[in-house]
Amino acid sequence: MSKQINVALIGNPNTGKTSVFNALTGLNQKVGNYPGITVEKKEGVCKLPRGVKAHIIDLPGTYSLNASSLDENVVIELLLNKKDKNHPDVAVVVSDVENLKRNLLLFTQIKDLKIPTILVINMSDRMAYKGITLDIACLEKELNTKIALISTRKNKGIQELKELITHYKELSTEPCLDASSIDSSYFDSLRKAFPNQLLYKLWLVITQDVNFGKTDRQTFEAVEDFKTKSTADLKRLQQKETIKRYQFINETLKKGQTIDLKTAKDLRIKLDRILTHKVWGYVIFGIILLTIFQAIYDWSSIPMDFIDGSFASLSEWIKNTLPPGAFTNLLAEGIISGLGGVVIFIPQIAFLFLFISILEESGYMSRVVFLMDRIMRRFGLSGKSVVPLISGTACAIPAIMATRNIESWKERLITILVTPFTTCAARLPVYLIIIALVIPEGRFLGFISYQALTLMLLYLIGFGAAVGSAWLLNKVMKFKSKSFFVVEMPNYKMPLFKNVALTVLEKTKAFVFGAGKIILAISIVLWFLASYGPGDKFNNAESIVTEKFASENLSKDELNQKIESHKLEHSFIGIAGHAIEPAISPLGYDWKIGIAIVSSFAAREVFVGTLATIYSVGSDEEETIKNRMAGEVNPILGGPLFNFASGISLLLFYAFAMQCMSTLAIVRKETNSWKWPVYQLVIMSTFAYIVALAAFQILK
Amino acid sequence: MTLAELKRGQQGIITDVSSIHIPLKLLEMGCLPGNTVELVQVAPFADPMYLNINGSHLAIRKETASHILIETAHE
Repeated sequence: MSKQINVALIGNPNTGKTSVFNALTGLNQKVGNYPGITVEKKEGVCKLPRGVKAHIIDLPGTYSLNASSLDENVVIELLLNKKDKNHPDVAVVVSDVENLKRNLLLFTQIKDLKIPTILVINMSDRMAYKGITLDIACLEKELNTKIALISTRKNKGIQELKELITHYKELSTEPCLDASSIDSSYFDSLRKAFPNQLLYKLWLVITQDVNFGKTDRQTFEAVEDFKTKSTADLKRLQQKETIKRYQFINETLKKGQTIDLKTAKDLRIKLDRILTHKVWGYVIFGIILLTIFQAIYDWSSIPMDFIDGSFASLSEWIKNTLPPGAFTNLLAEGIISGLGGVVIFIPQIAFLFLFISILEESGYMSRVVFLMDRIMRRFGLSGKSVVPLISGTACAIPAIMATRNIESWKERLITILVTPFTTCAARLPVYLIIIALVIPEGRFLGFISYQALTLMLLYLIGFGAAVGSAWLLNKVMKFKSKSFFVVEMPNYKMPLFKNVALTVLEKTKAFVFGAGKIILAISIVLWFLASYGPGDKFNNAESIVTEKFASENLSKDELNQKIESHKLEHSFIGIAGHAIEPAISPLGYDWKIGIAIVSSFAAREVFVGTLATIYSVGSDEEETIKNRMAGEVNPILGGPLFNFASGISLLLFYAFAMQCMSTLAIVRKETNSWKWPVYQLVIMSTFAYIVALAAFQILK
Repeated sequence: MTLAELKRGQQGIITDVSSIHIPLKLLEMGCLPGNTVELVQVAPFADPMYLNINGSHLAIRKETASHILIETAHE
């Protein structure tokens, strides 16, 4: 086996760390999760000179080794745990030439851990623009390291970085300053108590309260007479440590960096004057939002229609080509129609992530957070809740993960709890088909179609429900949580095409495979439940029906249809559906809709797929789902099953009900308790039931 | 005076931060005694505040800013 070097990329957010990762690994990267937690793990392989390979891990962005979130814990645990198979042979600290001072804080901390460290100074293309000159040789000497001055935008310096990684063994592992001098006596006693341990590592273990592997914990508990300090004292010491590190950094930069403010140009000030303006800032944000929605609902309809059509013909082609039998039916009626229900979302998901990643890469998203904070706070949310609420229109799962940077636990919890109300992409197919069935086609005032208007109203209802319930939760939840809010306002940048493209690719893939598995499994189970049944009523369907209608002189086709619907009614799924019918008939639904609703508690998008599966079981003709649904008759009231009243009732049910197992699982992970997802499920679904009931009873 | 009282475009020097009320993260971003601070922009109702502290651009809430003491140059 050839030798592989473990490289860890570490850096502050907004330093272009991910660009460096993309430049080193290209498409040789995969995204997963750290075991047991939902922190994203990005790793990749990079070919170095002379046949050496590097395994590169892109760690979550952090400002220091003092962790305040799950993502930051990952960084520290990896750096401290030598037994971890990914423990880096060399750490590459990525910094941004404009924020060198702040970026170096993290660098000096990592140097204290005696890990070979390379300093990457990124965005060197902006130096002339900002009037910055660097004396690299001087900085390398002062910081006791090797420096790679690179520009991922201009693709410069990457080769030099690769060379440095190859020769990582020549790097000095000496710290650049002595942090223990902030409280010598305390650190001396620490050194005496644990002579075999690295001093700075002990300090981090004491201050961080993170799990550093059993051996470390045990050694700590073994020495009982070692008195640790109070939290307030420790915090004071951490502050002292930070000041000391900044003193060192200021002195170093005085020698190695000159900034000529006269030649520095600042686009930031000009753009900020407009984009964060009290009036124009909001107007521009509104226009951007409108453009995003327009793209998602209008532009993506072309590829979506194409996908829809392709899957229908594929299913038809399989039925005609393969020999008839249970397997062909399962494939054509169960699997293909189920898969089509997932693939159809790809254009919308891709568009949404395209916009979100452009907004984030360009630095604009921080301005939105700044503009919205005051307004969101009224509802118990944070300015940072805007990002999850916008992402929630694609999918609640990444949206809930995006709440991690909200500092206040209360604001974060409320954001997590209300995000599932926003209209996610999975609700869309349900909305679209029901709107097409029950809302007339005409235009309001001659130019806005009633159908589009209904869809827009549903989005507003979703957003209103999120904000309204946030306001309620803020009133009800009594616990106080310190409300910190710190947001970096990065410089404006042209988004890099490569970064945006990779994000879109990766997020879309994650959604399709994640949702795809559930939908595929459910489609198969449903197909079996609908195709088989217990007892004589199912097995002798043919003779029963033939006898019953013997006097009516039905044609062969009509008789077959009667047999199939009799079979479906007495299949496993039919029995289950009839069992729940009393609960849902006041809402205007029949047992088939009931089955679709029950199965869509796993994932909403299953609704249309389920109806497609239920209606296509036993049907020979290729007919669209919409036509079949339009032909259904209400078993109690008579008349079409999908009329205005039951349609509105269904729309409202889907707007409010918590029907997504993956979201519940992610809420459980992020809140570390079953309490919150269970509350969400019960409260949202009860509310949905009541609203849907009221709507049907009033409108019918 | 506290940082919360700074006017737009005005500069000051941080003299003291109340470490109990200020998250460590803010200190790490350069909000430390001796560093200069400038108010770049304010949102409606002067909250949150968009600051330039020691070359770092960041936004904090007015409540947090009231725990940071500063002195302005002309005082």
